[in-house]
Amino acid sequence: MSVLQTALQIAHAVRTGAQSASGTVQQALARIDAENPAINALTQVFHAEALARAERIDAQVALGQDPGPLAGVPVAIKDNICTTLGMTTCASRMLAEYRSPFDATAVEKLLAAGAVIIAKANLDEFAMGSSTENSIHGPTRNPHDHTRVPGGSSGGSAAAVAAGLVPVALGSDTGGSIRQPASHCGVVGLKPTYGRVSRYGLVAYASSLDQIGPLTRTVADAGLVASVIAGHDRRDSTCAPTTADDITATLSTLDNVPKGLVVGVPRQARGQGNSPGVAQALARTAEAFVTAGARVVEIDLPHAGAAIAAYYLIATAEASSNLARLDGIRYGHRATLAPGEGLGALYCKSRSEGFSPEVQRRIMLGTYALSSGYYDAYYGTALKVRRLIKQDYDQAFANGAHVVVMPAAPGPAFEIGSKTADPLAMYLEDIYTVGVNLAGLPAISVPVATETIRGKALPIGMQLIAPPLGEGILLRAAALLERTGA
Amino acid sequence: MPDHPPPAPELTAADIRHIARLACLSPTDAQIADYQTNLAAVLGYVGHLRTLDLAGVAPLATPLPTTGPMDPDEPGQMLPPATLLKMAPATDGPFIAVPKVLGESEGGGGA
Repeated sequence: MSVLQTALQIAHAVRTGAQSASGTVQQALARIDAENPAINALTQVFHAEALARAERIDAQVALGQDPGPLAGVPVAIKDNICTTLGMTTCASRMLAEYRSPFDATAVEKLLAAGAVIIAKANLDEFAMGSSTENSIHGPTRNPHDHTRVPGGSSGGSAAAVAAGLVPVALGSDTGGSIRQPASHCGVVGLKPTYGRVSRYGLVAYASSLDQIGPLTRTVADAGLVASVIAGHDRRDSTCAPTTADDITATLSTLDNVPKGLVVGVPRQARGQGNSPGVAQALARTAEAFVTAGARVVEIDLPHAGAAIAAYYLIATAEASSNLARLDGIRYGHRATLAPGEGLGALYCKSRSEGFSPEVQRRIMLGTYALSSGYYDAYYGTALKVRRLIKQDYDQAFANGAHVVVMPAAPGPAFEIGSKTADPLAMYLEDIYTVGVNLAGLPAISVPVATETIRGKALPIGMQLIAPPLGEGILLRAAALLERTGA
Repeated sequence: MPDHPPPAPELTAADIRHIARLACLSPTDAQIADYQTNLAAVLGYVGHLRTLDLAGVAPLATPLPTTGPMDPDEPGQMLPPATLLKMAPATDGPFIAVPKVLGESEGGGGA
């Protein structure tokens, strides 16, 4: 496998017999063995299992069978997505030795399409973070500058793709956890519409916000993977009753310039907190769309400034409920009790030993927001703000914008350790991404520029946002931006 | 959102211990001190939301326009009990083993 070979190229070559899946996987494993120790993007690598599967795919091709649209493509899976291969640790002591008895639906679909699961990718514990520093596996380092974070929480997935270890990785996005690391690592990250991809087998952080999506090097690859993993799943009651046919149909039109494209630029995206490179990239992205024939209009998202506060109340409230299942009884870490201690002590000690301080902090915040006397003031208020944020986007699309553009993050990747002592500073890293999750919209981060800091060119991604189930226009606009650059 | 955040709410150590009990957590003294500053700072920040005019706005718990389709209520595939027991930290024959439930001493936890 060439480092720069895309998933589309690999699958085409394997399906036509021009390249073996075994050779592809062997090269990927060699690269992982050589490059991964320096960045710690992948935490489990399945050498024997991946090679055995690749050989089965080659045997299929030899028999004249089609392994599928991802034939022989090595894929890394964020370690909060259940796989029967290896462990599903969520980067937590709580699940350090947890082996899932089932594959997530998205993983099942990848396998059915001929993909080869080659590794699990690092993350912030239970996907709670924006830097991939808070992991029992240690921090992941940004391939563009090892002193900096890859973003998070899907930082292992983004770094693995950026370093050329795999052409495709799955991530999950609750408040920007696919798009922000994609921006920091210079890769493409697609967060589908809420409900577009089954959450079955995704360890829940915040159930009304979580969504699985791909990180890739090209927009076309992101669309290809989305076309495979999207679609209704009866095992997830929030999975939209739709097919992925529209995404599949879009794949053959990505080279066409969308006619009459209207791009909305929120005035709130020109925030004072943007780094010089991000501010310049946003301006140049708007210019690039104009040059390509699109109409760029300024729009207003008047409640965008309230998104972080609403998000952190809703996400932590849902997390405090979801993580209540981890109590040391049925699976996960169980504490050793002192004589005379009983079931209540087991719950508290197991959870206090199993969860890191940041996860405990979020559980505490969510518990407080849901507690008697504070529910209406915090959680109830946040839900009302959520409606206003969604209405802002609805209005922008109703007024004619086909897509909205804004940065994926206010700056390039920051230095490891620079925000760990200040949770609020870390939360503000998600200022441009969380509103999309609250509104349930599809969005994609496309690398468009770099900002040079201390001699290192750090990637900057621009985020495009579309109406619900608008992955088609989203991918076409993203492909246009990918071609033209900013 | 206003530029100057409202003052962070005062959180006493007793407040923190009460929330921890609800969350089934046993924070150390150092964690309690951390929560008194960092949790209060976050609560001060999110307190901005209460300055918005939310009269007549209905809460939105999910972005989905409709609820998902209902499946027929019929038995489906399930994981074998042996598989589930294999995941448990402690077992006793065909059961998951748990410590004594009744008669636990006061302060033993927040169950």
